[in-house]
Amino acid sequence: MTKAFSGKAWKYGDHIDTDVIIPARYLVSSDETVLGKYCMEDIDKDFVRNMSKGDMIVAGDNFGCGSSREHAPLAIKGAGCSCVIAASFARIFYRNSINVGLPIFECPEAAASIETGDEVAVDPIAGTIENRTKGMTFRVAPFAPFLQELISAGGLIPYARRRLEERRKGA
Amino acid sequence: MGRTLVSAIIAAHSSQKAMEGEICQVKVDFAFANDITGAPAAESFREMGADRVFDRERCALLPDHFTPNKDIASAEQTKKGKEFAREQGMLYWEVGRVGIEHAFLPEKGYILPGDIVLGADSHTCTGGALGALSTGVGSTDLAAVWALGETWLKVPPTVRVDFRGKRPGWVTGKDMILSLIGRISVQGARYMALEFGGEGIENLPMDDRFTIANMAVEAGAKTGVFVPDEKTLEYARSRAAREFTPRYPDSDAPYARREIFDLDGMGPVAAMPHSPDNVKPVRECGSPEIDQVFIGACTNGRFRDIETAAKLMEGKKVAPNVRCIVIPASYEVYNAAMDKGYLRIFTEAGAAVCTPTCGPCLGGHMGILAAGERCVSTSNRNFVGRMGSPKSELILASPLTAAASAVTGRLTDPRDVMPEEFFRNLEGN
Repeated sequence: MTKAFSGKAWKYGDHIDTDVIIPARYLVSSDETVLGKYCMEDIDKDFVRNMSKGDMIVAGDNFGCGSSREHAPLAIKGAGCSCVIAASFARIFYRNSINVGLPIFECPEAAASIETGDEVAVDPIAGTIENRTKGMTFRVAPFAPFLQELISAGGLIPYARRRLEERRKGA
Repeated sequence: MGRTLVSAIIAAHSSQKAMEGEICQVKVDFAFANDITGAPAAESFREMGADRVFDRERCALLPDHFTPNKDIASAEQTKKGKEFAREQGMLYWEVGRVGIEHAFLPEKGYILPGDIVLGADSHTCTGGALGALSTGVGSTDLAAVWALGETWLKVPPTVRVDFRGKRPGWVTGKDMILSLIGRISVQGARYMALEFGGEGIENLPMDDRFTIANMAVEAGAKTGVFVPDEKTLEYARSRAAREFTPRYPDSDAPYARREIFDLDGMGPVAAMPHSPDNVKPVRECGSPEIDQVFIGACTNGRFRDIETAAKLMEGKKVAPNVRCIVIPASYEVYNAAMDKGYLRIFTEAGAAVCTPTCGPCLGGHMGILAAGERCVSTSNRNFVGRMGSPKSELILASPLTAAASAVTGRLTDPRDVMPEEFFRNLEGN
């Protein structure tokens, strides 16, 4: 999560739960390309057909509430979304996104300003979200230091691998 | 400054100070996944280069969601999880011996007071009823716990919830937690912990406490913990699979907020479509007609839930237009209900009694709704499409309300079908 990127926004409301992000009937696979085909199906059945690779989901408060299914951030990644911007995230979704490498940005001001169809540019290093359609730029609060370490290690899998190797060397 | 219960538990499992807001590395006492989250966790575990789970007696995989396997794809997925569990020699129970994870694990004494428990399922917070910091994570987080025996937790602020007064017999744990969520909303405790106490819960049966803790996540909470009392310790001691150390909050613990409920005036409530915080008194919901009733799930499939529903339905019939599906959450519950004759009461009334499974709660199987159908359910979520068609409707309520509704064919306050004496005589009241 280093390079800047841009895409078109798809805006949703508050409390978008993981059941509508990826309904349980599809939880017989954990392959992100398979899950991606059904992303957002129960709230916006045309989402996957209408969006383009690199587009982003923008939402209000408590995005990803409900089930702990990691399939939710995987489905969003699999559909080709570049990131999710929300006013706030539910805690399990927040952890899962970091763990599977889906970039997420908590920014209530940006989430309030952006509407469906707006062109949005995100610079993770500078910590900015720019609504190019409206000509507004917002600052994103940085992740906590431990989470930055986790993200820069490449996510939880490489981080855990490194911890295991350190333990083996120590033993 | 004193500690809240959650902060005390984190401090006991970490070398850090565990001050509010601090991210702490903590040792984990127990870690589990299910048939949906287990296979991807196994895959992540291998990608981490891990060989062995940190402790075979503290790592478990429980097939409970789409089981008994509902189709070929779910059978393949369950098989992957089972093969991983066998290869690791970790805890695994087959269909016929397992139950819904959040009912089964406390029953078998794997979740205990003072523990830190991680489960790859959001309703892992149910274990909070025992005074454990029990919380849900995704599959990759769980895989890291299996590999390392530890994880990171941020010490959350705590909302203290006190129940005062005397609980009327028609008020169940479900009515209490729905009343809280209705008041504080589905994000009222986002990234916080709930801590339950007050004299109103002193006599509250453990099964009702599990229901309350179960839905903490529906308020956005990391967990919902009960301060251990004699009831908790008696339950835990008689079942414990290992030793445990209960933890307690300090009397000067700093709470972010307090919520106080008076039980005396409380009545049965329901969460109307499509959010667990759309809560109203049952009598103010307009008695909508229903197509299905589901009594079960990790929320309300325990013995007291089944017992109160059965006692209400005894000698009555399920309304002609209604399907009523009863699913005890574990075999302990199933067998006890069988011994007491409760399962027979349901089948005589015209209800279907099924084998323990999460089943319809998440729209898996055994009671999926068609477009336009409406169900009164004792489960915990009524999101769009949760139990089937995105055009179906779910109403969340207690087992008493669900049973009363099954009989009348409409959402019904149990006081409208039973005399006051009935509620006074219910066990646990």
